[in-house]
Amino acid sequence: MSDEFETPSGHGAAVTSLPFDDPHLQEPVRHPRRTEAVIGIAFLIGLLAFALFGAVYVQNWPAWTYGLTLGIGMLSVGFGMAAWGKYLMPQGPFVEPRESHESSEQERQAALASIVDRGGVAIKRRKVLGGLLGGGLGIFGIVALFPLLRSLGPLPGKTLLRTNWRKGSLLVDVNGRPVHRDDLQVGGIMTVFPAGFENNTQDQAVDQTVLIRAQTGNLVTRPGRETWAPEGYVAYSKVCTHAGCPVGLYEQQLKLLVCPCHQSMFNVVGGAWPVFGPAPRPLPQLPLYFDENGYLHSQTGYDQAIGPSYYERE
Amino acid sequence: MSVGEDQGLPSPQGQGAPVAPGASARGAPARRPRTAREARAMRGPYGRLGQAVEELDERLGIARGLRVFLDKIFPDHWSFMLGEIALYSFIVLVATGIFLTLYYVPSVSKIIYHGPYAPLRGQSVTEAYASTVNLSFGVRAGLLMRQMHHWAADIFLGAIVIHMARIFFTGAFRRPRELNWTIGLTLLILSLANGFIGYSLPDDLVSGTGIRIMFSILLSIPFVGSYLAFFLFGGNYPGTAIIPRMFIVHVLILPVIIAGLIGAHLFLLVRQKHTQFPGRGRTARNVVGSPMYPHFIAKTTGFLFMVAGVTAVLGATAQINPIWQFGQYEPYKITYAVQPDWYMGWLDGALRIMPSWEFAGWGHTIPFVVFLPAVVFPGLIFTLCFAWPAIERWYTKDYSSHQLLDRPRDRPKRTAAGAAMLALMMTLLGASATDVLANFFNASLNTVLWTFRVLVFVDPIVVGLLTWRICLEMQGAPGVGRRKRAVVISRTPEGEYVSTPAAVRPGDERPELEPVPVPAYITFEPSRVNGEGRTEASGRRGGVGVRRVPR
Ligand code: FES
Repeated sequence: MSDEFETPSGHGAAVTSLPFDDPHLQEPVRHPRRTEAVIGIAFLIGLLAFALFGAVYVQNWPAWTYGLTLGIGMLSVGFGMAAWGKYLMPQGPFVEPRESHESSEQERQAALASIVDRGGVAIKRRKVLGGLLGGGLGIFGIVALFPLLRSLGPLPGKTLLRTNWRKGSLLVDVNGRPVHRDDLQVGGIMTVFPAGFENNTQDQAVDQTVLIRAQTGNLVTRPGRETWAPEGYVAYSKVCTHAGCPVGLYEQQLKLLVCPCHQSMFNVVGGAWPVFGPAPRPLPQLPLYFDENGYLHSQTGYDQAIGPSYYERE
Repeated sequence: MSVGEDQGLPSPQGQGAPVAPGASARGAPARRPRTAREARAMRGPYGRLGQAVEELDERLGIARGLRVFLDKIFPDHWSFMLGEIALYSFIVLVATGIFLTLYYVPSVSKIIYHGPYAPLRGQSVTEAYASTVNLSFGVRAGLLMRQMHHWAADIFLGAIVIHMARIFFTGAFRRPRELNWTIGLTLLILSLANGFIGYSLPDDLVSGTGIRIMFSILLSIPFVGSYLAFFLFGGNYPGTAIIPRMFIVHVLILPVIIAGLIGAHLFLLVRQKHTQFPGRGRTARNVVGSPMYPHFIAKTTGFLFMVAGVTAVLGATAQINPIWQFGQYEPYKITYAVQPDWYMGWLDGALRIMPSWEFAGWGHTIPFVVFLPAVVFPGLIFTLCFAWPAIERWYTKDYSSHQLLDRPRDRPKRTAAGAAMLALMMTLLGASATDVLANFFNASLNTVLWTFRVLVFVDPIVVGLLTWRICLEMQGAPGVGRRKRAVVISRTPEGEYVSTPAAVRPGDERPELEPVPVPAYITFEPSRVNGEGRTEASGRRGGVGVRRVPR
């Protein structure tokens, strides 16, 4: 291997030598002994901390002791290594050349010629074959995307319009208990679902409705909604019309439903019109009635899509 | 391998002279050493390592590349460390992440909880949530790994952002490094996405709300929104597909892409070599600093340990994302003071301060209130970042290659633009806490909201102008940014004050040396001439290395 040192220059780095006491090879610190001691102590702490981590693991001590021993160990060892490199190793400055990566004009031409001319000869001779192949691969590329994308989920269709609220749906709470006219005090609030759909996450997400009992005198009824709020019971979709968070904070004094996500506020006694924040539309209202036993039902489902807007929404 | 297997096979040398089996390419006798001494002698002066390198070099030709690698020069400047923080937190992320995948179950099937966390027992929870709670409380070091993973993600993104700010302000993105700037930005975007997906996986109340908002953001896109949302979620929100899908994206698809891009990023860095600040002996045609081995390896490995150590200490002492306190996600349950991780805050802030504009007509609705801040705005911001190298080239008409870095003050307009961008982002991040701030300052939400609506335009302008002015001022003041030296102020008998710079204390300032190539050989002999023409060796170990030193 001895002869192999004589690589022609220009390949690899030059082989150079420096005497041991060259200033480039000197440690950059003023007190090497002290630095050495500090690094030694750091390594020692690391060693102990790692050993302690082992003990913590075997003994299963409280959770925080795991991270503290491991962390202190890694920090000390890391500090020691970095300090060793920074203070006790030659600082140079050393230099290496930055050679240009550009090929010669000739090499570039040659590469381009290989692609265009050599390939061109082959393809230009068989234009029809090339066209067929290109077309086939193009169609393959497009149809290969079909299963990848289209199989992911169903088309939206009318799904976003639907909830499980129907004519006469019984209002129940999350445990399936029907809601009676005496269940809420004035100012009270609860979340309700159509009976039979209160248990399933998928249904809850679209059906969730807040039921609030307001003072009858306070209610400002929107035209066409005169019968929707018997005895001050109003029900609105709980899905925020901004970005879909559950609108569940009720500010009793101000009669506002507040969305916790971006603080949209809806006026409960005025048809849940938005009065503050980014929500662009009122919460859809569910028309209610009492049956002969005093239980609440919905007169119909929602008259519009619940939740945030989307392009196909009317 | 039995001898018989070789029988009947033609010799690889064809008709050529038979070569003794096992002979090295250089024709060394392939003889088994009989004694330990002989074996040592055969290994050569560098012992087993020398032998290993020789064996590998014969087969793969590694020696030259190894030498170039070991000699690679790293410029010494603290700001070059920022990218390392990102790289090392990624390593921590992968290590802790592998641990987490062994216990996490990506499923939203409901089960009755019977695990180690007592307050949850008997409740109906999803497997995703239950397994996350269980790996926190039922697996040794599980909580630590989870919290380290989360902290490392936050640090990862922070380091990327600061690293990119450094690249931007010093002009390191300019030709010939535009490609690496593009890769870096792509890495930032992918990491943002993976961070969001990651903290959504436990299916807790807070993250579930985040996914709900994501669904709505997808819905808001005109024409294709509902299709996109339905395809991604496998149907209407919430469905059962999103958690397993996010899982495979989070642990396989995005990490592989990110790791690949990091590889490309580093490859380009090595290929194009580092930029450097101008200074003594530093030109566009060289790189001055310290070598990969041993100096940089020691520092950077130490740094890897320190980054990991910091995440471990944070993971041990600073609680993050305590999902057992949030509870299982239920679509109808609400959370207070919902805030995403910090790197998604600017999007949340933009959503909050956007006025409630919506277009409705001709049977269609376009919710600009969501579409503009959550889709168009980030799209514009990232496009601007991707296009910046081209924009600057076009503006300055500077099409040349740059290997030397700018000091930010020497490019006031660029620095002002970058500062304005950061100000915009910071303001939006602040806007994601409108409710908290309103509570804290006892101000009305309305006041806080409008303050941010104004600030979001004012802040970038003010910060930009101020930065521009400061840059100009700094250009005018000589010596700004240089290391200060003590000044002695004395009073003359006449009452006049005179200031004289104090003498340099010995060892305070290292003499600036002319940079030299990294030596392969270090001779253990006092120098007579400075390394020139030295071929002789003295000293014990020096004698090994310096057999022949060609010029
Ligand atoms: S989701 Fe309700 S305000 Fe944004």
